[in-house]
Amino acid sequence: MDKFRMIFQFLQSNQESFMNGICGIMALASAQMYSAFDFNCPCLPRYNLAYGLGILLVPPFILFLLGFVLNNNVSVLAEEWRRPRGQRGKDPAVLRYMFCSMAQRAMIAPAVWVSVTLLDGKCITCAFCTSVPVETLGNASHPGLSQGEMRRVLARIPCKEIYDGQELIANEVAIRYLRCISQALGWCFVLLMTMLAFLVRSLRPCFTQAAFLKSRYWSHYIDIERKLFDETCAEHARSFAKVCIQQFFEGMSTDLAAARCHPPRKAPADAGEAAEKLLGIIDQGTMNTALKSWHRCKPPLHLHPPALPSGNGWAGEEQPPVHPPVPRREMAAYYSGV
Amino acid sequence: MDRFRMIFQYFQSNSESVMNGICGLLALASVKIYTCFDFSCPCLPWYNMAYGLGIMFVPPITLFICGLILNRQSLVMLEEWRRPQGHRKKDLAVIRYMCFSIMQRAMVAPIVWIVVTLLDGKCLICAFSGSVDPEKFVGFANIGLVQVQQLLAKVPCKDDELMRNNTSRKAVSRYLRCWSQALGWSILLILIVAVFLTRWLRPCFNQATLLQARHWSNYIDIEQKIFEETCCEHSRLFAHKCILHFFKSMRQEIKLHSFSFPRQGEGAEGGEDLLRGITDQDQVNKLLKMWYYEKPPLDISRV
Repeated sequence: MDKFRMIFQFLQSNQESFMNGICGIMALASAQMYSAFDFNCPCLPRYNLAYGLGILLVPPFILFLLGFVLNNNVSVLAEEWRRPRGQRGKDPAVLRYMFCSMAQRAMIAPAVWVSVTLLDGKCITCAFCTSVPVETLGNASHPGLSQGEMRRVLARIPCKEIYDGQELIANEVAIRYLRCISQALGWCFVLLMTMLAFLVRSLRPCFTQAAFLKSRYWSHYIDIERKLFDETCAEHARSFAKVCIQQFFEGMSTDLAAARCHPPRKAPADAGEAAEKLLGIIDQGTMNTALKSWHRCKPPLHLHPPALPSGNGWAGEEQPPVHPPVPRREMAAYYSGV
Repeated sequence: MDRFRMIFQYFQSNSESVMNGICGLLALASVKIYTCFDFSCPCLPWYNMAYGLGIMFVPPITLFICGLILNRQSLVMLEEWRRPQGHRKKDLAVIRYMCFSIMQRAMVAPIVWIVVTLLDGKCLICAFSGSVDPEKFVGFANIGLVQVQQLLAKVPCKDDELMRNNTSRKAVSRYLRCWSQALGWSILLILIVAVFLTRWLRPCFNQATLLQARHWSNYIDIEQKIFEETCCEHSRLFAHKCILHFFKSMRQEIKLHSFSFPRQGEGAEGGEDLLRGITDQDQVNKLLKMWYYEKPPLDISRV
């Protein structure tokens, strides 16, 4: 548990490391999903190709989209893209950098799926068994088989139990051939992807290093600014709520006392801090009224300064709440020194 | 747990150790991939050689490139190589040292793959079963050329109907495996002797240059890391200031419209000196551009 927590803390502390962690987990999940998946070739002429290629290409597409969904930075990118210009210019290089770095990470799990699928061989065997070169590998002059018949026989190659074309072409020979092609394709794909990744990484310092440093700094800045802004707003909301509720209780206590024509009963002067916290409400009836009022008629979102005589914070049943002076992104002038 | 944490911290603290760790992991991954990989020789005359040699050489190339990608120092080296000279001279010995050390580490996983492949033997049996001399083996002697090629190509496939109980197949298989393992062990021995000699004889040649190159390559790596950390710190403080300023200006606007609720007070303004006077976008851009185009001279006595 301790070990797990340490690893978790390390990954969390650095946002990029965290994203790399998610990326690695998705790659492992992709390999695990493939091994758990029960591949079942239909062994019918046209269905084979559709099934085989479908299993090869559709899950990677889903994993790619999932990679974007799980990436926190998608919403940051979308916000930055759609915000009004205001007083801060928009830098398309930063947007491009953010998109590229997300796309790169999202590509890893699909690439793992495609590699594992090709290296395993079942998909290609299923999809292309009707295209096996019977002339070279088998006995093409086997009599009595029309094209359609031959395709039907060949389509059953992946299903050893029902294969009936042993005289046409041996089942093991065909499967070995197809698997060899599939594995060759798989390794070529892996090599290609690795070389592409290497080129992308190594060409950057040769050409665009200054622009890269700028984009990386500002994309990081946008992310941090957003988080800090959320934290500041949360702090503000907390203080606001505290004062609002305090003023509500005080208002309640004063009003009820006024209604009963005697001054609000103060707790004995020497009771200390606990007495202050009672906010002037010290009997069951008053408390019940306060609770009912909180439910039926919440106070307006408008804090009055504590120095003035605490007026009627209990504005009555029908008044709609006034919006607080919490800055709203779309409407406030976004002043910043940048 | 304590021990694990210590090991973890030790690896983290030293960038060379991290790279050694990655190198080791890649070597283990290489063995694991080989054992998981379902080797399936096609048992057809020309395909055998292509498949066998392909499996022996294509994954090592991939592993080598992976080793280069995963090594952070390769980026640092490329940046150092391609940067404009500016105020700081470029020392080719340092770049050569870094290149050499990166290549050494990246070569470990491919060599592990090749050695494991040879010691296992399947690849060589698949690739060269068609190239043995059929006269040496009773079951394959005195058969027509084309047919013997077909038969020999089927040797790696034990379950093939023609080969199932063929004793000559086992003889060919054993013969090729023997060669494969001999080759594997020889390569391993030669490499270990070479590494041993390199490490022992290195102090005899250019030790001073080596120490300098190692020091400055370490320095470049550390400088890069600290620059990134400083930029992170700076951007955090920048954002903090920016937001506080924003709230302050909102408060002023609010005051103008006669909301009279005084703010409870803002957080401490501390950390101002860490901004080092860089307080707007153009200054930050200029700073980053200057860092790239004209690195400062390695002389802090003037500070």
